[in-house]
Amino acid sequence: MDKTFWIIFGMAVVTYLPRALPILVLSKIRLPEAFVRWLGFVPASVLAALLGPELLLDKDQMAVGLDNYKLLAALPCFWVAVKTKNMVLTILLGLAVATVLYLWT
Amino acid sequence: MSTRVASRLPSSVTPWRELILGVGKAIPILLGYVPIGIAYGVLAREAGLDLFAVMAMSVMVFAGASQFIAAGMFGAAAGGWSIVVTTLLVNLRHLLFSSSLAPRMARFSTRTLALIGTGITDETFAVASAEPAAQPHHPWFYYGLNLTAYAGWNLGSFLGAVLGPLLQRVADLPLDFALAAMFIYLLVIQVAGRALAATAVLAGVLSVVFAAGLHTKWNVVLAALIAATIGAGWEHWTKRSG
Repeated sequence: MDKTFWIIFGMAVVTYLPRALPILVLSKIRLPEAFVRWLGFVPASVLAALLGPELLLDKDQMAVGLDNYKLLAALPCFWVAVKTKNMVLTILLGLAVATVLYLWT
Repeated sequence: MSTRVASRLPSSVTPWRELILGVGKAIPILLGYVPIGIAYGVLAREAGLDLFAVMAMSVMVFAGASQFIAAGMFGAAAGGWSIVVTTLLVNLRHLLFSSSLAPRMARFSTRTLALIGTGITDETFAVASAEPAAQPHHPWFYYGLNLTAYAGWNLGSFLGAVLGPLLQRVADLPLDFALAAMFIYLLVIQVAGRALAATAVLAGVLSVVFAAGLHTKWNVVLAALIAATIGAGWEHWTKRSG
């Protein structure tokens, strides 16, 4: 096996451990209720933290303008998601608007 | 198949149904992963990795952002340890996802948990945590969810690596916006009440500030930790006093 493989193997190990250790350990013990309630805030926080830079930044620079097709495409997505609560509809609309805006700008 | 787990769940919850349900919930992830996988495959080949290395990374690491970064570092002839440590830093956020999912998996065996752990990504976590916690899933729900996402990522990587030059125009299209749209949907259904809405806005703003102002790859983890702590603390405090 060459060096590249062993580097990739190392990447696999350091990626697997943070994925598996918490569910292996934390699912076996009774967690304090305050911690469980805190964990309830984590998914929305993570999603918003992933979306913010994805929609508002371009290569770490603020990009809040009409040339930012992702931000523009996100607006109807939010609207449809709130109105319909339909995932497939939200994604199809998002893809359609993003593709049109991307080809246009 | 573990009948021990199944016996504790409602009789309507069968492994087969749960598998189908998990696969179904992962279809939007699949639609997003194939084009991003193609983009990864194309870029990694351009960076000088051979087909075996491109696929070894997708099969063994299965973590998009870190694979793009690693491909770039291989291309720039970076040292092995710096690639591994960077991968660790980029993927540490999974600690948070895995911790958050743990309470739902209290009944699963160690082997089951070790298997489910292989497939935790931003997207599979987002879908799994959007499921109502009151109705526990069978392990096969998570296998279906994770394996479908995994199949999409590897299929995309393979197509990108093999057909690279021909597919550049397709990889160019903003098909990865499917994932942003899915995040928007999942965020919208997660936000029940003012405390969660304020927390989400805070997390988004902090993440942007950290990324743009401090140029740190830790923006997602830092922003989520701070916002979740403030949100949970605020809710706790207002409920007590109110």
